Amino acid sequence: MLSAEGLTHAFGSPPVRALDGISFRLESGRTLAVFGPNGAGKTTLLKVLAGLIRPQAGHAHVQGGRRAIGWIGHQSHLYSHLTVRENLLFWASLYGVPEPQRGARADDLMQRLGLGDRATQPVAALSRGLVQRAAIARALVHEPGVLLLDEPFTGLDLAAAGEFRRLIAELARGGRAVVLATHNVDEGVELATEIAFLHRGRFVEVAPRGARGPAEIAAAYRRAVAGG
Amino acid sequence: MAELLRHAWAIARKDLLLEFRTRTAILSAAVFTALVLVVFNFGRDPTAVPTLTIAPSILWVTFSFAGMVALNRAFQLELENQALDGLLLAPISRYSLYLGKLAANLVFVAAVETIGLFLFALFFDVPIWRVLEPLVGVIALATVGFIAVGTLFSAMVIRTRFAELMLPVLLLPFLIPPLVWAVQATGALLAARPLSEVTGSLKLLAAYDIVFVALATFLFPATVEQ
Repeated sequence: MLSAEGLTHAFGSPPVRALDGISFRLESGRTLAVFGPNGAGKTTLLKVLAGLIRPQAGHAHVQGGRRAIGWIGHQSHLYSHLTVRENLLFWASLYGVPEPQRGARADDLMQRLGLGDRATQPVAALSRGLVQRAAIARALVHEPGVLLLDEPFTGLDLAAAGEFRRLIAELARGGRAVVLATHNVDEGVELATEIAFLHRGRFVEVAPRGARGPAEIAAAYRRAVAGG
Repeated sequence: MAELLRHAWAIARKDLLLEFRTRTAILSAAVFTALVLVVFNFGRDPTAVPTLTIAPSILWVTFSFAGMVALNRAFQLELENQALDGLLLAPISRYSLYLGKLAANLVFVAAVETIGLFLFALFFDVPIWRVLEPLVGVIALATVGFIAVGTLFSAMVIRTRFAELMLPVLLLPFLIPPLVWAVQATGALLAARPLSEVTGSLKLLAAYDIVFVALATFLFPATVEQ
């Protein structure tokens, strides 16, 4: 479970508000898709939820704290000159995964994400799509209860994106709370149980997805962004 | 405490493994050290100033420059793929991040200093071998303080423009006291003065280490927050 209450944050001088009074609550097993154009404040919102940025007002709460967060963003957070397996073991150690379990968990994730034969290759030798898969494995290696996904489909081909969607859906069904931020409505709409439109740092609309289809949500998004 | 040290060790081990894989920084620092010593070797007039008079200053100027190379790379490698954000997201104490970086930097600089000391003895024909143990003690004490402050500043400047220029500008003023004490102690040792003559400098170096390791550890979290 995670919640936010009145999150407000500004950057620069003169200050530009990246977040302006964001509030929501997301229960375990639910997926909130945050749609917004570039510069709407999506990444800032996720960074505040993750504790990377301290908001100037308001507060965020993640059940289980930082240990419970899995982050997948624009950057992989992987070390190019370490192998995929070495990277996973390193991050597992920082997240307190017991030593006897680290190897098995890393191997299992690599198998599930199609990286089984790449385990001993340095990340620098992988294609962009494979790096993104390794980044996904890194984010899941400590079995987080909350997933924060910032444009997670970037760099994935259609097959890998489909596989990743299935994995996220499976993780959400397993009781994780997922926040997915993207500018592309088509990418996130299938996964979402809740929909939010973020524009100029504000939630223009937050509502359960209900029975709305992708076309309806895309139209609502265009109206929200144009009118915001 | 045990968890803090375990995380620090994981970070230090990862940094050293990365350096072992690439070897770019250690080779650059070693070549740089050799070049500085060569420049000093050919840029001095041995008939004007006795070698033993100038040798301690040359040694410490060389170590300071080589240390800058190490410190510049410490957080540079965390910028690739924004790994630093990953470390800040992880449920680890900021202190363990600092201590891990400090430990890796110390190992790295110790390796460069070992090469530098050997080349120094070779180029300047100074009698380091008979005072090797106390000399290593002086080098270790001076290096700990230098790297403790340098690791803090390295984190501070890493997200700024011209980080490689900013680091020496910020760091060098803080290095003046330990450099003075290290040069004095090294000069006394190379001149075969009794050990009692260097204890004062050693005590000052130890005090500097205690104060600045504690201060840098305490201040580090504020330097990496966004």
